[in-house]
Amino acid sequence: MRHLLSTADLSRTEAVRVLDVAEQMAATQQREIKKLPTLRGRTVVNLFFEDSTRTRISFETAAKRLSADVITFSAKGSSVSKGESLKDTALTLQAMGADAVVIRHGSSGAPLRLARSGWTSGAVLNAGDGTHEHPTQALLDAFTLRRHLVGGGPAGSDATGSDLAGKHVVVVGDVLHSRVARSNVHLLHVLGARTTLVAPPTLLPIGVETWPCAVSYDLDAALAGDVQGPVDAVMALRVQLERMDAAYFPSAREYSRRYGLDARRLALLPPHASLLHPGPMNRGLEITAEAADGARSRIVEQVTNGVAVRMAALYLLLSGEDA
Amino acid sequence: MAGARPGDDHTAPTVHSAGLTPRSATVLDSAEVSRALTRIAHEVLERNKGPRGLVLMGVPRRGTHLARRLAERIAQVEPAFDAEACTGSLDVTMHRDDLRRNPTRTPEPTRLPATGIDDATVVLVDDVLYSGRTVRAALDALSDLGRPRAVRLAVLVDRGHRELPIRADHVGKNLPTSTAERVFVHLAETDGEDAVLIEGPTAGEDR
Repeated sequence: MRHLLSTADLSRTEAVRVLDVAEQMAATQQREIKKLPTLRGRTVVNLFFEDSTRTRISFETAAKRLSADVITFSAKGSSVSKGESLKDTALTLQAMGADAVVIRHGSSGAPLRLARSGWTSGAVLNAGDGTHEHPTQALLDAFTLRRHLVGGGPAGSDATGSDLAGKHVVVVGDVLHSRVARSNVHLLHVLGARTTLVAPPTLLPIGVETWPCAVSYDLDAALAGDVQGPVDAVMALRVQLERMDAAYFPSAREYSRRYGLDARRLALLPPHASLLHPGPMNRGLEITAEAADGARSRIVEQVTNGVAVRMAALYLLLSGEDA
Repeated sequence: MAGARPGDDHTAPTVHSAGLTPRSATVLDSAEVSRALTRIAHEVLERNKGPRGLVLMGVPRRGTHLARRLAERIAQVEPAFDAEACTGSLDVTMHRDDLRRNPTRTPEPTRLPATGIDDATVVLVDDVLYSGRTVRAALDALSDLGRPRAVRLAVLVDRGHRELPIRADHVGKNLPTSTAERVFVHLAETDGEDAVLIEGPTAGEDR
């Protein structure tokens, strides 16, 4: 792996390897001394053109736990607000000697542009680009699911080496604007799982029928197993109010009634099924507080696992002969 | 990946020059490996004046199996020694200094004995001692996990060519080699047989 831009680039072997390395990284995070000397002397630049809390902090923590030097750059308060282009920003970072660039950008394809243009010689990690992809989020979702559905618990290192073959994940919510959904559909497909996307027709992207997944407009039917069989996990997506300049559904109340996850809907699931949400949550809109804080919820665990998965990604990109 | 772990300390690049086909010779057979381990087990006990506070930490992958075998042999002599509870494995991947010179390695699990390693006498166990860089990484990894009272080093084969001031306390066999040769340790657990092999263009000529 040279860059991590999209889960569609990952083979099954590569994806399982990231998860296996993440499992070992997670084990080191249980220790008293959590810091490893692995990336000592390397520089990781966090380039955030869009707001983010957990992804930025997660990448920063991951890089620091591996002893890399971290420079965090957010567009607000930088020369970007004076009109500096992506190219000039990238050239500046290259001149400062960045070994890896973690980039979040509002435009789909910005990380690819950075990786292909030769503006920077470092590894490029996509931390979310527009409505395109968010590969580390999908990897941490897969990591969390593998622990629970294959390993049988939050710390199931006996899942090492396995994929998610035969598992069924329902993804519900704003698929149209969701980079998380796109990354998850590709990754779950590569790992052998089935995916069902559930959303109102207005929140499904054009061309969704070509994706390797099933699509439904009826959440209750999907959860009851009428679309692709029994469900092993449900993932709620955030309704991206900041991207909704046009009306995509009549009212928040109607959306919540038809597509929100609550205790009644979770009761339709088999006992072992997990609930995920990439965060930040709109409590009361796509998920009720009761569901988000319930026994099936893996939402807090996802955040913990995010650090391990990002440590694995940084390690795999920054070690080896060609790094 | 039987035997040939690319980039390992003890597997120097093979020189395939014209006319010299690599030849391999068995240096230790199964019975000799077994005798060497039995002797090391006794040496460890003698040095420690008994099994008190002993912890055996193997370096994956073959060192882990060797550590378990040594612990079983110690338990045969000293029934008070709990072989399972005093054996662990120590992954050194994240502490290596050659991560950018070799293909990316996948870290292996680190398992500590339930009692931890604080104030214990830790015996590091590995298959081949070569440059000493793995042992350096292991010492760093150990210090992140606790503070042992003492650390000792037991290896099945010492092939020389140290690059760091490190020596083994317990050696199964000292094996003078050239850097062009490759040493392979085969264990029943990973390779289906116990043997130490040497392979290289000059193998057997000066012995």
